[in-house]
Amino acid sequence: MIHCDHIAWQAGTFALNNISFTVPAGSYGVLMGRTGGGKTSLLEIICGLRQPTAGEVWLGERRVTQLAPGERGLGYVPQDGALFPTMTVREHLGFALRVRRRPASEIALRVVELAQPLGIAALLDRLPTGLSGGERQRVALGRALAARPQVLLLDEPLSALDDDTREPLAELLHRVQRESAVTVLHVTHHRSEAARLADVLFRLEAGRVVESPLTHSVYV
Amino acid sequence: MSRRAFDPFWLVLGLITGSYLLFWLGLLGAAAVHSSPHDLWHALQTREIRYAIGLSLVTCTLTAVLSLLLALPVGYLLARGRFPGRAWLDAALDIPIVLPPMVVGLCLLIFFQTVVGHLIERVMPFTYTVAGVVLAQFVIGAAFAVRTMRGTFEHLSERPENVALTLGCTRARAVWLVTVPAARRGMFAAASIAWARSLGEFGPILVFAGATRMKTEVLPTSVWLELSVGNLEAAIAVSLVMVALAIVVLASVRLLGERV
Repeated sequence: MIHCDHIAWQAGTFALNNISFTVPAGSYGVLMGRTGGGKTSLLEIICGLRQPTAGEVWLGERRVTQLAPGERGLGYVPQDGALFPTMTVREHLGFALRVRRRPASEIALRVVELAQPLGIAALLDRLPTGLSGGERQRVALGRALAARPQVLLLDEPLSALDDDTREPLAELLHRVQRESAVTVLHVTHHRSEAARLADVLFRLEAGRVVESPLTHSVYV
Repeated sequence: MSRRAFDPFWLVLGLITGSYLLFWLGLLGAAAVHSSPHDLWHALQTREIRYAIGLSLVTCTLTAVLSLLLALPVGYLLARGRFPGRAWLDAALDIPIVLPPMVVGLCLLIFFQTVVGHLIERVMPFTYTVAGVVLAQFVIGAAFAVRTMRGTFEHLSERPENVALTLGCTRARAVWLVTVPAARRGMFAAASIAWARSLGEFGPILVFAGATRMKTEVLPTSVWLELSVGNLEAAIAVSLVMVALAIVVLASVRLLGERV
């Protein structure tokens, strides 16, 4: 579960006020809103990269507002992936476990487990330079899932992709979420993405989040 | 196929750049033809100048390493830190760059005459020693290295480092594992700039470390000592050695910098 309870945050003249919403455990939540409306800032508050001026963030049964980002048990895929420029795909997939000082054998096993379903097994020894937009997002997704987080935060993961790449990656996100039962909050400004993926849909409007009814059957 | 119209703008820029380059090559050429290979060889055979070459290489390398060790944290703080007085700190760190070199040497000399300076010198003597040469080079070389590292960190995206935080890293570990490896070209450039700047350092070394032959004599000191006794051939020979070293460093920065 992801629960934001009366979150407030301000930067200069821009403000988020009284943000409250809940993504039920194991659900795929989509947060829609205009570009520049504060969606990324809200994700960063949930991640712990920004501190709210008021309110609480709950992940599952834990109140995490005061915890460091790495203690929150979440995976984060920022816009464009933000891959580590000097690490290979293999090192990306093993990074979270390496930070947790897990044995090399366990890391190697997990890398293979992640690479196969994400379709990046052939890229393991490549550096981010030269990867396509879709490949970069797959690597970023694998990196975020490596430590088996309970919560996955996706910041416009499909926005920079062309039509041919977007649909397979949307399908992959759906499959990964269903198979791992991870609770997802996916931020986008595309209606089609929301209709395609959302179990529960929210809109960020004028600094507030409101739940919005699903207008389409999401999966046929 | 149409050709682009001739634009005199580029011709003017090319002429200005070419004139400047020619001027510099003329200066170096004049020095080179004033000396003969025999003079150069003879100068290089003298014990004092060989010592000065060795001491310059050792002290410049030590200064480059020390400058980089300082420039990494300070450059990161200036690039990423948000705190009151940041602009003042930024300006203050430029002081060694804008101060006349002799004044830097004088400041060092006076500082080591204070109580704190005497206490430091009980542990490690600096005034008129090789350690003093390194310190005099470091004061200025580090300022240039800090500038370079600050620029490097400013150009690197903060987002990969933030992702590393969400994956379980502390800030220090995220910087170490993600940002520092990504900054390796800047680190190489910072160390090279500190090294090259130290090679030409003269004023602070003369004032603070002295110009004692076979002790604190580095290459610029040799040029000055040879000139002061009227040995122009030796002064030119040493200058050409410094030019050659500078060219090697510049070429290394260009070639290795592409690969790092």
